[in-house]
Amino acid sequence: MAVAVEADLVQIGGLRGYGGDDQPDPDLLRACVHCGMCLPSCPTYRLTGQEMSSPRGRLWMMKAVGDGRLDLLDPAFDEQMYQCLNCRACEAVCPSGVHYGPLVEAARQQLETHRPRPLPQRVARRVGIAWLFRDARRMRAAVAALRFYQRSGLAAVVRRAGIPRRLGLADLEAMMPPVSRRALVPGEERWVPAHPERSVALFNTCMMGTVFADTNRAAARVLAHNGSAVDVPVGQQCCGALAVHAGMMDEARDLARTNIDAFEASGDDHVVVTAAGCGAALKEYGHLLKDDPAYAGRAERFSARVRDVSEELGAVGGGLVPPTRPVRRRVTYQEPCHLAHAQRITIQPRMLLAAIPGLELVEMRESSLCCGSAGIYNLIRRAMADELGDRKAGNALATGAETVVTANPGCAMQLRTSIRRAGGGADVRHVVDLLDEAYGGEAAGRAGSWACDRARTKSDAVPAAAD
Amino acid sequence: MDQTTLVARLEAVVGPTGVFHRPADLLVYEYDGSVDGAVDTARPAAVVLPTSAEQVAAVVRIANEAELPVVARGAGTGLSGGAVAQRGGIIVSLSRMDRILDVDRDDRTALVEPGVINLELSEHTLPGGHFFAPDPSSQKACTIGGNVAENAGGPHCLKYGVTTNHVLGLEVVLPDGRIVWLGGRAAHTPGYDLTAALVGSEGMLGIVTKALVRLTPAPEATLVLLAAFGDIDGASQAVSSVIAAGVLPAALEMMDALTIQAVEPAYHAGYPLDAGAVLLIELDGATDEVRETGEEVAALCAAAGATAVRAATAKAERDLLWKGRKMALAAMGRLAPNYYLHDTVVPRSKLPITLRRVGEVAREFDIPIANVFHAGDGNLHPLMLFDRRERGAVERVLAASNELLHFCVSPEIGGALSGEHGIGTEKRDHITLVYTADDLAAMAGVKNAFDPRLTFNPEKLFPKGYMCGEVRALRAQALAQKHGIYAF
Repeated sequence: MAVAVEADLVQIGGLRGYGGDDQPDPDLLRACVHCGMCLPSCPTYRLTGQEMSSPRGRLWMMKAVGDGRLDLLDPAFDEQMYQCLNCRACEAVCPSGVHYGPLVEAARQQLETHRPRPLPQRVARRVGIAWLFRDARRMRAAVAALRFYQRSGLAAVVRRAGIPRRLGLADLEAMMPPVSRRALVPGEERWVPAHPERSVALFNTCMMGTVFADTNRAAARVLAHNGSAVDVPVGQQCCGALAVHAGMMDEARDLARTNIDAFEASGDDHVVVTAAGCGAALKEYGHLLKDDPAYAGRAERFSARVRDVSEELGAVGGGLVPPTRPVRRRVTYQEPCHLAHAQRITIQPRMLLAAIPGLELVEMRESSLCCGSAGIYNLIRRAMADELGDRKAGNALATGAETVVTANPGCAMQLRTSIRRAGGGADVRHVVDLLDEAYGGEAAGRAGSWACDRARTKSDAVPAAAD
Repeated sequence: MDQTTLVARLEAVVGPTGVFHRPADLLVYEYDGSVDGAVDTARPAAVVLPTSAEQVAAVVRIANEAELPVVARGAGTGLSGGAVAQRGGIIVSLSRMDRILDVDRDDRTALVEPGVINLELSEHTLPGGHFFAPDPSSQKACTIGGNVAENAGGPHCLKYGVTTNHVLGLEVVLPDGRIVWLGGRAAHTPGYDLTAALVGSEGMLGIVTKALVRLTPAPEATLVLLAAFGDIDGASQAVSSVIAAGVLPAALEMMDALTIQAVEPAYHAGYPLDAGAVLLIELDGATDEVRETGEEVAALCAAAGATAVRAATAKAERDLLWKGRKMALAAMGRLAPNYYLHDTVVPRSKLPITLRRVGEVAREFDIPIANVFHAGDGNLHPLMLFDRRERGAVERVLAASNELLHFCVSPEIGGALSGEHGIGTEKRDHITLVYTADDLAAMAGVKNAFDPRLTFNPEKLFPKGYMCGEVRALRAQALAQKHGIYAF
């Protein structure tokens, strides 16, 4: 097997180069003039001070593999392609506009194709990324089990017995926030404003539709309060970001095609996303499917419809409906990398927070430096992720904030763990959680601002949490 | 000393996480920010990341035992190959020595380690009303140690001076491994000004391990004017009249049409895409004075033929205008895969004729040349754009460069080779254009006094092959004198 796999690698001077599909694009690589401006923006360079852990160093390595000066399977190359958090901070500051994300993703795909992983890792990746996240129903069932575990008293017993630690799941277990009571199931809930001005389709991601389902509902209420009818289209699945970041392009493309099909039914409505990581992935479907003749054009059109929730709210015609209920709290804002860097959205979340009466926004140092979450990075690269998490918690708590606001589920979980480890008491919320609170939450619906229609179409439904 | 012993010895000093020696790791230390084609890449034998002056000194002593060259490196943003280990040896990367040790508001000084990022020092001190004045365009990434080594300038050195005007004292590891302090807090130190000798020494005399730098009070008000002109001549004329009127702007920068085309799509700074050239003029000082001078400068620009003049006072707006200027160089990747940048300085009065010659050279050699530079002090940065994969492109660029350099330093113009980027390996063979044999011998004498074994950053500054012969002669002379034989 391994021999056959290696046979299609391009060999130059005894070194193995790239082969097959999804090679780092040499033209994209050439745009890097190794000026070094990216260095201070890179979390791994900031922590290590070493050039190979910098974007410029990694791009130089990718170039070297293509030029036959470095072996594709050199352990140092592997290490660097995966030490990268893919936070894209370098992309946002690059004067030459190097598209770093697609390059590192292609390099990972090359490694995955040509360097088989040990069996346990292969199984874990298949189960985690290709099986569990692949199907929203499985995800909901898993999260329902998690909720039962958290709420039934089982957690306390299991924890006392040290079982999570022995199974190597202690980190994951500690990171989980209290799970929302009821999963948000596509097609089952719909929000209709008193005076609808437009309609939007809510992207119901694996995490935001389950663990953070109440946040997704908050987003829907806030959108409805501002005149948008909110649908949660049936048939949508995981965005595929985890698969892309893990170099599993085929899985990612399958998911992308499924989502495009699901959202085409909702016409030209904006696809509104509450998870920054998913938003970034959805906006890149055009690139992901560029070589698929049946989907390339459709993917481009789909990506053009995608809006982060703060982007959507920041652009509503006539301006945001002013929130009236004070939220008396000091908060600080942690920028999700895939919002600030990949989507370049930095002003809108702050504008939304500034619109909330009584709320005091205090900026933290290094608000746009990665918190260490980075998809599943914090589960597989503990040391680096913890160091970044500690740095982030320190900066956040130094503001004296009672609440740390962010806009991505991965960041929320990482922040929660890091703040707790630092001994801080601050809670972690999504931008729309606070905005919803300032609009009155469910009460705004009762006051007639909008109505929630619980349609109970059973097409995609599975019993949510046993409660 | 074999590689295994060397690595073990180095690890004993800085620990295993502070030494790199695998080929793949060394690969990423073979370049700096300098341009492909103008500076060859070269791989070191090992890279060491020390965390203290004592560690640096110990590494230098090991290198001496192993008879290996030592090359200091900051962020590797330099443009003349200064941080590339041309003869291999040990790269001492100072990126982990990045603490701001002390800020003294009363004395207006900061004590910093060499790996502190230029802009972060200003960001750290600005809330208290001070900043570090040297502001090279790479200030977001480059380090104070590198600024000292290259005597870095920047747009604001027109008013505030270059790095050497802001360094009060240095802790330095000498090529023999001793740690010494040069200069200090007192405004004047007697004897030779060795601090000044170190500034701009391109890593050839010592490795800076601490720098005591001057902080500058932030001005009360700042105004940036953006003036657009139909062509470069009009903009050059405006530069002359502003200076002739006795105005001393904090910065006075020019960008031509090609540069605007690279920068504007990247940063949307608001430069008019149809302009032949724009000037960025920053004025700072007391509020009233800034306003009055601003009006005067705007009138002078209009008189020189400006098609539009825009004023920005709000910080966000000023920052955006500056961002376009400061990122111009690196944004050139949008126009061509390779560029070659020059750094010549000409007297301000010779700017128009020099820029016309730049235009001619671009046509003669068929190379697009973008101009983005410090007009206020005549420091040109002609950027030659090319694609090195194209047959003969590198040769044409080098020939055109030669032509331009000769023109700038000719007696008629009276310019200098480099304003702020250093000589490094990039311009070493051109240095004889501006220095006589006696000038070079004097500099070689300084080098010899600090580093007689020529181990610190070899193959820099002096023309290829120069140091071996010259220093051997100096050493022979010293020996002869020691033994009472007067050979000369």
